[in-house]
Amino acid sequence: MSQIVDQIRHVCSLGGLQTALAISRTVPILHAGPGCGQKLWGAIGLDNGCQGSGYVGGHSVPCTNAGEKEVIFGGEEKLRTTIENAFKILDVDFFVVLTGCTSDIVGDDVGEIVREFQNEGKPIVYAETGGFKGTNFYGHELVIEAIIDQYLKPAKKKEKGLVNIWSVVPFQDPFWVETYKEISKLLNEIGLTPNIIFGPNNGIEALDRVTAAEFNLLLSPWVGLKNVKHLEEKFGTPYLHYPVLPIGPTETGKFLREIAVFAGVENEKVESVIRKHEDEYYYYIERSADVLLETRLLPRRFVTIADSIYTLAISKFLTNDLGLLPETQFIVDGVLDEYKDQIEKEFKNYTDGITADVVFSNDGGYVQDEIRKIKFRGRPLILGSAWEKVLAEEINGYQISIAMPVSDRLILNKTYAGYDGALRLVEDVYSLVLNDFQ
Amino acid sequence: MAINTYNIEAATRENRLGAVTGYKGSIKDLVSKASGCSLKNRERCFTQTSACSSGCAQGYLSGIIDAVIINHAPVGCAVDAIYANTTNKWGEKIRGWKHRNISIISTNMNEEDTVFGATGKLKTSIIESYRRYNPKAIFVTASCVSGIIGEDIKSVLDELKDEIPVPIAPVFCEGFKSKVWASGFDAAFHAILTTIVKPPERKTNKVNMVNFRGSAREEVIEILGRFGLEPVFVVPFSTVEQLSKLSESAATISICGTLGSYLGNGLEEQYGVPYVKALQPHGIAGFEDWLTELGRATGKENEVKLYLDEEKRKIIPELEEIRSKLKGYKAVVGMGPSFGHNYVRVLKELGIDVIWGATWHFDQQYDHGITPESSRNLSKEDEDLPVSVCDQQNFEILNLLNKLKPDLYISRHGGTAVWATKMGIASVMVPDEFNAFGYKGLIEFGFRLVDAITNRSLAKNLASRVKLPYTKWWLSQDSFKFLEEEGI
Repeated sequence: MSQIVDQIRHVCSLGGLQTALAISRTVPILHAGPGCGQKLWGAIGLDNGCQGSGYVGGHSVPCTNAGEKEVIFGGEEKLRTTIENAFKILDVDFFVVLTGCTSDIVGDDVGEIVREFQNEGKPIVYAETGGFKGTNFYGHELVIEAIIDQYLKPAKKKEKGLVNIWSVVPFQDPFWVETYKEISKLLNEIGLTPNIIFGPNNGIEALDRVTAAEFNLLLSPWVGLKNVKHLEEKFGTPYLHYPVLPIGPTETGKFLREIAVFAGVENEKVESVIRKHEDEYYYYIERSADVLLETRLLPRRFVTIADSIYTLAISKFLTNDLGLLPETQFIVDGVLDEYKDQIEKEFKNYTDGITADVVFSNDGGYVQDEIRKIKFRGRPLILGSAWEKVLAEEINGYQISIAMPVSDRLILNKTYAGYDGALRLVEDVYSLVLNDFQ
Repeated sequence: MAINTYNIEAATRENRLGAVTGYKGSIKDLVSKASGCSLKNRERCFTQTSACSSGCAQGYLSGIIDAVIINHAPVGCAVDAIYANTTNKWGEKIRGWKHRNISIISTNMNEEDTVFGATGKLKTSIIESYRRYNPKAIFVTASCVSGIIGEDIKSVLDELKDEIPVPIAPVFCEGFKSKVWASGFDAAFHAILTTIVKPPERKTNKVNMVNFRGSAREEVIEILGRFGLEPVFVVPFSTVEQLSKLSESAATISICGTLGSYLGNGLEEQYGVPYVKALQPHGIAGFEDWLTELGRATGKENEVKLYLDEEKRKIIPELEEIRSKLKGYKAVVGMGPSFGHNYVRVLKELGIDVIWGATWHFDQQYDHGITPESSRNLSKEDEDLPVSVCDQQNFEILNLLNKLKPDLYISRHGGTAVWATKMGIASVMVPDEFNAFGYKGLIEFGFRLVDAITNRSLAKNLASRVKLPYTKWWLSQDSFKFLEEEGI
């Protein structure tokens, strides 16, 4: 991660609380300072596609609100009563205790307290997510790891064709709900049985099926890799790691063919699904081609400033399917050094030998300085966050917020993933262009 | 307790003003105990996430046009930059200004830093931020981590004095130090008072108008202009230069008693700038008291009286219309203490029957040593009002609403109105500090409430489809079951 972080685009490990909330009827219990919950939820929940508090989020989240007393004398007792009473007060199925900086520095034995409740058979796990440990991508992995280690049990038998889907980080990605659904729909169509853990109507039942899966699918450049490996070690479930979130026909087709081979799905079946979707996709693209090609002021070049998963996915689609050219691509999710080479390789591998430079930095101020140095020919398309609105005005670009913070859009059931998602992205980008001069 | 600008940090509201976050009783009892400073806080053995000082401090300071905020903390503590940026743009829109991004920069402390300290990082962050933005002042906000590990922020700033030619102020707003998030405003004002404000070179006709985004800016300029006064809107959208001259103003006045107390009293104590201690300017009585006291402080009593007489007449027909429409409706208020106790009065002026007043904390005294004017004002009414204090504890508020079943829930601060709506209660959140400002604002606000009760379909539909996250057991308990006995 960068040394200083200006124009923040992700939160700290305690942001994993939103991962817990993404599991239906699950509540995080924070053992943290009074402001942590509000800040983190406000940033990746509220001011990011207006995702809101939902069933038990926002200011409903139990928190010890650790103060001077807890810092000086320890906060174990406060945590114990908070958990005890949370069980009485809240109508939920699953509890995830997450610690903040205060608890992790003071050294409260949270594990010991949570184990007392686990021993009584309560559905509760804990993760030590003090904010200084890293990003919310790391926090997301810690929460899943806690569930794997402290909750999941080996399945009595594996279920043929059952696939767990692990992909975008809930809430950090304002499109997460529909993105999981879209991937799920595609897997269904090729005859697999998807199991999604995050989103409405899944919850603890989905968690209980995780170990029965035939394999885990990880659709993400790096986040979650640790978890699927852990599931393999602990429960013997193999995994398929496909690093690109598929947007549009090229990548989605490639993805479906690869997963079909991995899962032993008949070639003919996959090809017929792909054909059906491509026909539909190109019906619309053919119609819009007049506008795509013949409108004044169309952008030819684009810059993406997003988490690695979106920078990669969007740049692949715009380049491979839509004929645009990538300028430098920016990755702002604090990718760990060990994954950088592998991610960078993907940007050297577009259609027709096209390549793009990649900059890894979660310091938005630095990123924007780098963008100012680019000599653009024509008006560029800037796919980033709401932080880029001011910049886009300065450099005369078309700006659309697709990455945290998406504070300028309300996102409901929208996704850019798959075939239909790609059409949504085309609609959004070209509506922006048409709106700009009218 | 007097404001001590010799100290490096402001004392918390608990220590300075006897602030509490746990109470249940009535306004008369609350004020009578507070007047003798004998009110004791009541803790809870279950709590939900509330808010902290650092959010208030850095969010507020980030509105200064030419300053930069550096948050010495792990990255998560600075994410309120996103909310601050959004609301800042809202304020820019009001002014017709071009947008800029606010600057709240994190030193990004990591695990190693919690062991070895990160004063070096802080130093580089300050130097780099100065290079990037060339600000006129830099504020360094502390965090739980910097506080617990004992980072010597002051020494770092002292070391940089020669290198960085603008004021660098430490802001001690560690989240764990106070349960009252408004302590963060005081921390911000303390930094401004001790580092930015200069002794006066002359006296002016300006009035320091302490507020947030200033949506009624034009109106305030127009009103004060009638009395030969010129408002300086602080702190958001002001410059460091403007702030340095706050000591030259003829008076300080605030839109919110909680917000204005520290700066207003600090300027009065240190530079003799009178702080207008009055009701807040919401509704009729508030507006009149606020302007009358401003008139008194600036020698414009007669002009103010004439103005008020002239303006008040204009709203009478519409006020009657609103009152007839809102008659018989019951409301519960949930807001910060100043807004809360002022809005109870406003709602009563509109003919609404207020049945409960919940506030997110309560200061037994303001910095001028007196129990808040709005609370005292309410306590003098014949009828005693049931009130409670909680740091936005939704489980308590929802339990209460479930029992009281009001027609309206009027709130301030995000994350509470939505839950009342889910219960089928028409809810109005007051995010803008100038809602119900003065006579005209009262009428606008009144019609907004009329609209809220006229079509309650969203609330009704939500309530019929959505389940609350609380158990039946909890909703059948006493709302204050988890409020412990008074502490010592």
